[in-house]
Amino acid sequence: MGISAPSVPRVWRERIIKYRLLGSKCADCGKISYPPRKACPRCGSTNLVEISLPKRGKVLSYTVIRTPPRGYLKYSPYIIALIELENGARILAQLTDVDPDEVKSGMVVEAVFRRYREQGEDGIIEYGIKFRPPIT
Amino acid sequence: MKPSKSTGILGYGVYIPVYRIKGEEIARVWGRSKAAIPIQEKSVPGLDEDSITFAVEASKNAIQRAGINPEEIEAVYVGSESPPYAVKPTATVVAEALGISPRLIAIDMEFACRAGTTAMQSIMGLVASSMIKYGLAIGTDTAQGRPRDELEYTAAAGAAAFIIAPHSSENIAYIEGSYSYVTDTTDFWRRDGEVYPRHAYRFTGEPAYFHHIYEAAVGLMEELGLKSSDFDYAVFHQPNVKFPVRIAKRLGFPMEKIKDGLLSNIIGNTYAASSMIGLAAVLDVAKPGERILMVSFGSGAGSDAFSIVVQDAIEEKRRLAPLVRDYIEKRKYIDYAVYARYRSKIKTR
Repeated sequence: MGISAPSVPRVWRERIIKYRLLGSKCADCGKISYPPRKACPRCGSTNLVEISLPKRGKVLSYTVIRTPPRGYLKYSPYIIALIELENGARILAQLTDVDPDEVKSGMVVEAVFRRYREQGEDGIIEYGIKFRPPIT
Repeated sequence: MKPSKSTGILGYGVYIPVYRIKGEEIARVWGRSKAAIPIQEKSVPGLDEDSITFAVEASKNAIQRAGINPEEIEAVYVGSESPPYAVKPTATVVAEALGISPRLIAIDMEFACRAGTTAMQSIMGLVASSMIKYGLAIGTDTAQGRPRDELEYTAAAGAAAFIIAPHSSENIAYIEGSYSYVTDTTDFWRRDGEVYPRHAYRFTGEPAYFHHIYEAAVGLMEELGLKSSDFDYAVFHQPNVKFPVRIAKRLGFPMEKIKDGLLSNIIGNTYAASSMIGLAAVLDVAKPGERILMVSFGSGAGSDAFSIVVQDAIEEKRRLAPLVRDYIEKRKYIDYAVYARYRSKIKTR
């Protein structure tokens, strides 16, 4: 049945990062990461600053999830895309408001605040940023 | 009901989900005559949407138009009858998602379809008293109608957000005053734990919708010394198309003055957002100096009426966020089966 849902304290700890798409930038080599890291995955520096990531980008590649982890079955099939943001940073995020057969590499997408999952009927609701084709 | 110091609208924004279902598709399922369909089509929330996600997007658009830092907002009032949690505020999620500081007056409000305009009115008071500088008032709903019920054709989804500020030329409009009229009228209700609301059929008309809107509109005009001919636009709560057209006529507004803000035929009844999205649609087209009457209605029952005068700043701020029309035109039609899935009407276990 897949991995279990994150704890309430963990969802709380990560809320701002997920709500506002915050990443980290390495002050030494410039590498941008999402989610934010404690150490740079490229040069190993711990000299990292938190930054707000651009809210627009384009799809580089994507995959369709048809056998989802726990809590995501309701949304299946859904799309996970590798997105290049306007500042060149690459992140993995879900696409929404778009069917699998409508997605194309190179399509422009914008950030949108959506539900990630519900932890059952009586549990908490997790929220965060996904991407969709722009409204205008 | 006019504050001693004048307030205005610094920014506004809306959100309408991308999915639509046509009235004739719902009628097909229940074998109803096409002639008896109240509206053409209504908006439907996607699987990962709720009144919180709606509120965030509408507010983001309002902040973009206002051109302020979210940290300058000192109050968030959210009006809704469809909060995702029975206990746990919507306002806190919205505030944190938008980057508003925790030094904040935040509250959820409930009064059926009227809660969003009452949020506006409450924020007007906070701003006029100088208790805060900027406040965010939101009306947001993902309304549910019982399958086969009359409400299933109209119960829709949308949000609108307004940033209320002290009177200034920066504002896109100023608010001349507001007026509220409420009575204990049980025209529509939902008991705790029930999924779908009930209503009293024809009783929702005369003693409820028409009486409260009429009294609030007339009360406002009397207090401000205005008559219907002084207004360039009028926007009323829109549970369908018939009701707002009829009340406009009764109050002396020709079709010409209500058509820009009358959207129920193509988006449905967006409940707490209904009259507020209508106001936003008028702000999308209105010229500086024009006067707008907006009157909400919430079952149970009550109405808030506002007189709003458009200012020069509208011209430059209008395009800073998507227009109501942009959301209306961006749509995907779904059939009843997909609608049933999206609205969690299909049991999978």
